[in-house]
Amino acid sequence: MATTKPVILQVENLYKAYGGVRAVDGISFSIRRGEILGLLGPNGAGKTTTIDMILGILEPTSGAVQVFGKDIIDHREEILSKTNFAASYAWLPGNLLVWQNLFIFALLYGVSSPRSRINELLKEFDLEQFAESKTGFLSSGEQSRLQLAKSLLNYPELLLLDEPTASLDPSVASMIRDRIKRYSREENAAILWTSHSMHEIESVCDRVLFISRGKILLEGDPRILPRQHGKKDLEELFIAVAREPLSLISS
Amino acid sequence: MKRQRVFAIFLRQMFRIRRSWGRILGIFYWSSLELFLWGVLTMYLNRVGASDINFLAIILGALIFWNFLIRIQHGITISFLEDIWTRNLLNLFASPLSLREYLGGILLTSMFEMVLALSFMSLLAWALFAYNILQVGLLIIPFAAILFVFGFALGISTTALILRLGPSAEILAWSIPALLFPLSSVVYPLSALPPPLQYIASILPTTYVFEGMRSAAIEGSFDFGRLVIAFALSLIFLLLSYAFLKKVYRYVLRRGLFTRFATD
Repeated sequence: MATTKPVILQVENLYKAYGGVRAVDGISFSIRRGEILGLLGPNGAGKTTTIDMILGILEPTSGAVQVFGKDIIDHREEILSKTNFAASYAWLPGNLLVWQNLFIFALLYGVSSPRSRINELLKEFDLEQFAESKTGFLSSGEQSRLQLAKSLLNYPELLLLDEPTASLDPSVASMIRDRIKRYSREENAAILWTSHSMHEIESVCDRVLFISRGKILLEGDPRILPRQHGKKDLEELFIAVAREPLSLISS
Repeated sequence: MKRQRVFAIFLRQMFRIRRSWGRILGIFYWSSLELFLWGVLTMYLNRVGASDINFLAIILGALIFWNFLIRIQHGITISFLEDIWTRNLLNLFASPLSLREYLGGILLTSMFEMVLALSFMSLLAWALFAYNILQVGLLIIPFAAILFVFGFALGISTTALILRLGPSAEILAWSIPALLFPLSSVVYPLSALPPPLQYIASILPTTYVFEGMRSAAIEGSFDFGRLVIAFALSLIFLLLSYAFLKKVYRYVLRRGLFTRFATD
């Protein structure tokens, strides 16, 4: 769908080792403008490590991350002001009010009209009634929505979402999926999405990468890929990748 | 370096302080307690000691200046620890915020806390013990400048150590200044220290400041050459601590510690 659109994120031969352990083992991929790429893999496969390297908070052992055609290490500030992220492990400070947290990050990301953007996002993520509440008093689902609101503050052209719906009930998760898909379409943003929900990946992602033990094993359309590998659905394929990655590579 | 991002970090700390009575109290509590304790001791020394020495100027003045240093150091380190405790470092450093902007923001916070604490302490010293810190005269400017630079250096190096060793090393925020207090000859002359410790004390800019304060109060004279040495030493400490923090920051990026701080 988006093959003619410019590449927003280019990851080349990315490698990260901790001592003798290869967390990410020479992966390469790209995401184009308006594309939603799913990054799938079992726990410890290297998904979060990859996201951390794209965000510049983890230095690769070797390889390169280019965002908007520029290297993340050399152009960190410029790239990160047009990028954002939400992760199930990156809560916002619980001792600040919801609007205060959003206001601080709006300033950090250089949002031009912070108050109106914050009001817009509070409304969109159904958080208006919590604007004056302490963030730590929100339920985990509400905090996830707040993180997503924070991740859209600066209209990012590249959005990294690490299990964004992990603690949401199915109805809110569905609302979030629709919201992010709409955002990608309207703003032509590139999105990298990790999830353990195969249904979610199928409904959201244009393309998917299966990663295991730091290597990319499979790549393709999440609606076609299972059949290509003789599996009933994406979940069955995921289980095969998680349990027998080597046999999958050889097949 | 964008001023808006420096302000964001300052504002984040102000929001934190404004909503917490415990933290507001913390700015004044220890300083006031120390002032009261040392003030009473000073009054006692003035009563029983040699009549030609004004212990108020020697001890109480020094204590207020020591708190000036500690407020800067604590302000920086506690603001940083707050971001560790709330697991916010990952969010901050995955944004366009730079290390220098972050430091600028927490330095502003520490200056704000220092002004509040020192104003209150000075007023208390005047009200309870009739001691006016302004009697130090114009020397207050170089003394404050040296202590400010050294306090900033201490705050940066403590932050770097905690960043390197992990949140479990947070005790360093309090133990490093506690270790420097006896070495800096705050309430007694350098000659009172055992000779090996005098060597260590002589590389601390604080020693020159407190020795200078005593000399000005007792002898009415002051060696400006020693002031220059103290300022040069505090600048060297600042440069070294910033270089150390940058090295630790690179280590954190190599090891991915921001994510670990967020998930531990």
